[in-house]
Amino acid sequence: MATQVTLKILRYDPERDKKAHFETYTVDADPLDRILDVLNTVKWYNDGSLTYRRSCAHGVCGSDAMRINGRNRLACKVLVRDVGGDTGKKIQIEPMLGFKILKDLVVDMDPFFEKYKSIKPYLINYEAAPASSERYQSQEDREIYDETTKCILCGACSGSCPPYWAGPDFVGPAAIVNAHRFIFDSRDQGGAERLNILGQGEGVFRCRTIYNCTDACPRDIPVTKAIEQIRRAMLYNR
Amino acid sequence: MYHKFDAVVVGAGGSGLMAALQLVGKANVACITKLYPSRSHTGAAQGGICAALGNTEEDHWEWHMFDTVKGGDYLTDQDAAEVLARDAIERIIEMEHMGLPFNRTPEGKIDQRRFGGHTRNFGEGPVRRACFAADRTGHMILQTLYQQGIKENVTFFNEFHVLDLLINNGRCVGVTALEIKTGELHTFHAKAVIFATGGFGRAWRVTSNAHACTGDGMAVAYRAGIPLMDMEMYQFHPTGLYRIGILLSEAARGEGGILRNANGERFCERYAPTLKDLAPRDMVSRFIYQEIKEGRGAGPNKDYVYLHVDHLGKDVIDAKLPDITDFARTYLHVEPYKEGVPIQPTAHFAMGGIPTNINGEVIMDEKATVLPGCYAAGEAACVSVHGANRLGTNSLVDLVVFGKRAGLKAVEYVHQNDWESLPANYETRSKELLGFVNAGSSDTKRTEIAGDIRKDLQNSMQDNVSIVRNETTLTNQMTKLAELRERYGRIRLQDKGTKFNTERMEALELGCLLDCAEAATKGALERKESRGAQYRDDYEKRDDVNFLAHTLAYRADSGGVKELRYKPVVITRFEPKERKY
Ligand SMILES: Cc1cc2nc3c(=O)[nH]c(=O)nc-3n(C[C@H](O)[C@H](O)[C@H](O)COP(=O)(O)OP(=O)(O)OC[C@H]3O[C@@H](n4cnc5c(N)ncnc54)[C@H](O)[C@@H]3O)c2cc1C
Ligand code: FES
Repeated sequence: MATQVTLKILRYDPERDKKAHFETYTVDADPLDRILDVLNTVKWYNDGSLTYRRSCAHGVCGSDAMRINGRNRLACKVLVRDVGGDTGKKIQIEPMLGFKILKDLVVDMDPFFEKYKSIKPYLINYEAAPASSERYQSQEDREIYDETTKCILCGACSGSCPPYWAGPDFVGPAAIVNAHRFIFDSRDQGGAERLNILGQGEGVFRCRTIYNCTDACPRDIPVTKAIEQIRRAMLYNR
Repeated sequence: MYHKFDAVVVGAGGSGLMAALQLVGKANVACITKLYPSRSHTGAAQGGICAALGNTEEDHWEWHMFDTVKGGDYLTDQDAAEVLARDAIERIIEMEHMGLPFNRTPEGKIDQRRFGGHTRNFGEGPVRRACFAADRTGHMILQTLYQQGIKENVTFFNEFHVLDLLINNGRCVGVTALEIKTGELHTFHAKAVIFATGGFGRAWRVTSNAHACTGDGMAVAYRAGIPLMDMEMYQFHPTGLYRIGILLSEAARGEGGILRNANGERFCERYAPTLKDLAPRDMVSRFIYQEIKEGRGAGPNKDYVYLHVDHLGKDVIDAKLPDITDFARTYLHVEPYKEGVPIQPTAHFAMGGIPTNINGEVIMDEKATVLPGCYAAGEAACVSVHGANRLGTNSLVDLVVFGKRAGLKAVEYVHQNDWESLPANYETRSKELLGFVNAGSSDTKRTEIAGDIRKDLQNSMQDNVSIVRNETTLTNQMTKLAELRERYGRIRLQDKGTKFNTERMEALELGCLLDCAEAATKGALERKESRGAQYRDDYEKRDDVNFLAHTLAYRADSGGVKELRYKPVVITRFEPKERKY
């Protein structure tokens, strides 16, 4: 059941353009197509210069976070009919805010990954592990940090967070989520170090609890709740 | 730009990261990847990683080894299968110590579940061997290994696309790569190179593989004179989402999910009375093919069957299969709590690839002659541990077991060997390749667009080199591939830029897919038997007299296969028998 879908895409080519501008494309698509499929149709058969990142095409690799009708979404997790594209509504697509645009929908993710690295995103345990068996962990303890293990580092949360746009020194929700994943892991002993890092400057207290991040997360991680739990841990720690 | 490292690892999926972790601290190592490491396709793996831990019931590595050999329809090299099954246990424990959040048993041990083809006591019945983190096991492995890479300070070159492998005086001396952001060409001079670039599922239309799975490492090695092994052994996973191919893990069936045809019949029972829905993948895919062929498929075109998990209850689904049931909701608007999910087989995994020995060293011929300094691991490699058909959960084990062994062997090599110089004109081939694709942005005689060629490639592979093949389909595909290669010589790009030119990248990737497809099709055509994933309706029997051997395909300079050779299978403990489940 092919239908006509119109995309209005913010374009910017560093080698040609002084500033970004919109271009509109109308192509055939199925209501069940992903927005990523439609972008591919444009790129493969209409305008090869359209540039975006993508890989897995089903919401697990975190490559294609972008603004779709003003909200950060993975292009591979939104279907044409989810945004009314099959009923003639124009779909507006822009790069995420809060990041430098490299080309069209591709933004510079390096600062984002630097912030992720800053919170020591790896298990810290100063005791020797058992020689030939796993460290035990109860099902209850495993459950506590389950949700924050789902993060795919797409940046949709950080890119929807006004304090993140405003403050280059704010690590942002994605880094906090990953700190949470370790701080609440019963096998980890680096909680205090990480809370210290997160407490520097305004740290986690920059968060204004406006829930943009939670709404943006394609993995349904309760981001704001995780931030709250970290704040509580910090106050308790002081 | 020129760089010098003791070793470079190409690829940052599970296998590349595991290899890099062995080298870091002991040698100067760079990890080059066309994607950010966390975007690698290992992150999409769902169901599990197996090892005979025996945490929930009795299990032994010998049983695991046997299942791997039998599952591979005896094309598996048994020395490799033994290493896999033994080392798996240590690697799982090692990753748990790194922080991998496995699901737990009530006592707090790593939990284990059933998976296709994994049995107790040499085939008596299913065994719980797959360790898992819900249905995002690959995601957790990729995250954990990447995090260790951060901790150990591995040097990553992210979004660098490797173009060529450099060989001088019979030794591997480095690679060239295109920096995607700037369009600059880089040369990495190295004593050792490890390929860990993943599979080539994008050669088919319906696939579980990411857009980035285009067989680059295989093609780059192949063009440099290294043969590709057993490329015809390509796995179709039984349960891809209808039409789009997104995978629904075998874990769904491991947890008790059932396949039903249009009449509601549990058809696997009829074909595999013991293991039923948990028979190996090549078989279940053929059962589905048969059901559809005989008119018992569902839907208006009678071209799919159903995967049911509704009887497992909401709690089990939410705890153990949350992601895959979400895929059904998101992409098909189907509610797995209540109804069957339409599925069809999906192109999934390359058993074949760059041939290596059990230490990850790349070999050049049927005598297993090593190419010094060159290593491969993961889906890009062929050890061969998966033979003609990989068992579920055995790939993730393969990545970490052989990624580690390749890394360790490379450490040894860079310590024991001096530098070999780069060949003269080491950037020439890369510049020619780039020159060829770039020229397509101004040459008006070049009229083909990569999108059309890719679509034709994927459709034709889907029709001709699929679950069931024969002389006619394979000969047709050889003709088709020759046509596509000719058209590829005339591709035209619209993006004339140098920075972040993804149109150029996609054109390069398409070239790699063509190389892989040619080797796979030619191998399938000449293998006149049915074994594992290679099922030919004109040669329905396995032929151990003539084909208990690995195919080695060598490339002709102008493209296409120059020559096929055959390498004997290593048999140690288990004599080939008929495969029944
Ligand atoms: C949906 C799905 C589910 C799966 N589930 C399971 C499971 O439950 N259990 C199991 O055992 N197996 C599973 N598999 C199989 C397994 O996940 C893969 O075979 C495995 O992850 C491949 O890992 P890899 O390290 O070889 O490559 P990948 O993870 O694919 O990584 C390839 C790397 O190479 C890099 N690369 C590629 N080309 C270039 C180039 N030209 N230049 C530079 N870098 C390059 C990429 O950037 C990437 O970092 C699944 C596969 C899929 C598709
Ligand atoms: S392409 Fe991987 S998340 Fe969308």
